[in-house]
Amino acid sequence: MTAAVAPTPATSEPLLKIRELDKHFGPVQALYHVNLDLPLGQVTALCGDNGAGKTVLTKCVAGIYQPDHGQVYWEGHPVHIRNARDASRLGIETVYQDLALADNLDIVQNMFLGRERVRYGLLDEDSMERAAAETLASLRVTTVRSIRQPVASLSGGQRQSVAVAKAVMWNSKLVIMDEPTAALGVVQTKQVLDLIKRLRDRGLAVMVISHNLTDIFQVADQIAVLYLGRLVVQDKASAFDRQSVVDYMTTGGSSRIVGARTETN
Amino acid sequence: MARAQKPTDVSGVPPEEAPDLTAAPQAAQAEVPPELVAQSLGQYARAWVSRIRAGESGVLPVIVAMAVIMLVFTAKSPVFLSPVNLVNLFQQSAVFMVLAMAEGFALVLGEIDLSVGFVGACGAAITVQLVQPLTTNWPWWAAIAAGLLFCAVFGAIQGTLITRLRLPSFIVTLAGYLIANGLFLYILLLGPFSGYPNLAGFSNNLHVIYFLMWGSIDPNLSWVLAAIAVLLLGGWMWISDHRRRTSGLVAPPASLTLIKVGLIAVVAIVVVAICNTNRASLGTLEGVPWVIPIVLGVLVVWTILLQRTKYGRYVYAIGGNPEAARRAGINLPLIRTVAFALCSFTAGIGILLYASLLGGMSNNLQGGQYVLYAVAAAVIGGTSLFGGRGKPLHGVLGGLVIGGIYNGMFLLGLTVEWEYIVTGLVLLGAVTIDSLSRRGAASGSVTRV
Repeated sequence: MTAAVAPTPATSEPLLKIRELDKHFGPVQALYHVNLDLPLGQVTALCGDNGAGKTVLTKCVAGIYQPDHGQVYWEGHPVHIRNARDASRLGIETVYQDLALADNLDIVQNMFLGRERVRYGLLDEDSMERAAAETLASLRVTTVRSIRQPVASLSGGQRQSVAVAKAVMWNSKLVIMDEPTAALGVVQTKQVLDLIKRLRDRGLAVMVISHNLTDIFQVADQIAVLYLGRLVVQDKASAFDRQSVVDYMTTGGSSRIVGARTETN
Repeated sequence: MARAQKPTDVSGVPPEEAPDLTAAPQAAQAEVPPELVAQSLGQYARAWVSRIRAGESGVLPVIVAMAVIMLVFTAKSPVFLSPVNLVNLFQQSAVFMVLAMAEGFALVLGEIDLSVGFVGACGAAITVQLVQPLTTNWPWWAAIAAGLLFCAVFGAIQGTLITRLRLPSFIVTLAGYLIANGLFLYILLLGPFSGYPNLAGFSNNLHVIYFLMWGSIDPNLSWVLAAIAVLLLGGWMWISDHRRRTSGLVAPPASLTLIKVGLIAVVAIVVVAICNTNRASLGTLEGVPWVIPIVLGVLVVWTILLQRTKYGRYVYAIGGNPEAARRAGINLPLIRTVAFALCSFTAGIGILLYASLLGGMSNNLQGGQYVLYAVAAAVIGGTSLFGGRGKPLHGVLGGLVIGGIYNGMFLLGLTVEWEYIVTGLVLLGAVTIDSLSRRGAASGSVTRV
């Protein structure tokens, strides 16, 4: 008879908890008993080689795929994310690699696409422009010349910034970014990494999928590695070095000891 | 007036101080619409010139084309600029304008509708048949509604096949072209008119359809209506720009708004003055033809729909990036099907005007040629064949160019083969400009990634 089992304080409860998640496509087991925690105010990097299941896991969280088994907990409550609308209702926004921006529309129009504000049956452009400007300013996206310029005229980093701003505009709590720095130059990459840090400083949970270890070590608070559909390790970033992450990605294990580490599989 | 304006940069930092981290700021600058970054008229003009150099020419080619047409035909034929002929030109162009606005719905989606000519012809033939006093004798409004309803349903069926069965719009509307052609001939042969139901005769309903093209508004009333239209449009432009300027949103300089309103007023005055000249050789024939307010009405309604409503925004989004639209939760099949229905509906209005111009309907109508004119007019006006870009106004400007060529070549006594060849060359030129400016934009983006 002891009081050792104290209830976990609400603050330490991760925003999103994935437990024993399975997903297969025909005979291919894409995800196998995956456990993952995404806490608020932290950047979690999800690494893995091609075909490790990073995109499938992302799409299960974003509501594009339905997991076969397992449970997802949102703020401690079990949830079923059936489609993209369910995900955005919870506060999950995904920025895909192709960004899904319409080149011919301007920044404001892209940020409000599908959720336009309407007054008397007509688009309320003034109020949308004001809100978009506020969001961009709060993320300190200041390099765009005008928020009324078409997205076609933006650089790669600016496009990424617009896609992120579009995602955080809707009071989202979790932003998932798929390869945000792929195809970007040095300066552009720095812009995007700074933006990711700013999202964390706002208290959002961020999950970044990336191959680029340099970028990962710059922004990640914790690192999770998928290997052939299994989540082989999740720990704080200081528990890894580049070589150990590469070991996990390519072999599913590592003999290197960098810091205190708990292997999950 | 421009001195108190706030910078448009979202950070509140003047654009010169904010570092532009793009690798090719020159190229980026070229693609920004000048009204977005210019604070004064001079800056606006400079930005405009740099955009034209970069291949983003906007409506400039169409203005140049109009000037060339006017100069060439005026030099060759003194009649070209006479009020009689100019009003005639407006009337002929009206058909091209409305058909081009119809085709615009398909083009902005990145699709094409080859059936506009004959689907519109079916609608017009239905209307002309229904108002005949000898047979059905429907009231004019019911007959017009029935004709346009037929067009909308035909378009909706084509749209459904294209979106639900994922058939290519090119093939579906090519089939629709043939089917509508057959239906058109069938409808013409109904009743005791030997295939030529016409609008001559003593019936109020016939007169209304005939007057769509040939009726004129009283000259004094024309001035009053034109003044009201300019005041409403100009006032609305000024108020909305002014409100955006005072609340620090992106807005053109006040002088530019005034110039735009002034230009509209000048165009209105010139048009009304031309139309109010007596253009009959015997008796009086003066006043603005009804067709001008009809075309303007179509222009205003479709512009509001495409530029100011959610529906229009989604049409552009689908034309620009269908995948982005789908992820934004937009119902793609519905939006596209409605666009095809609106395309055919507008085509119905266009060919109804043609029927009125002709004073009846006959199997002489070149439905296939009208499709090409419609596409040509839209593209010449600045609508992109590749989707995502284009406005109803482009159809009106392009229609005026096609109408000018059509009219001028007729005046010169050139035969129809030359008309085909010149129109074909103009279409080629317009598509080349469209394609080049698109390639310029694309290569610009690549250098800046």
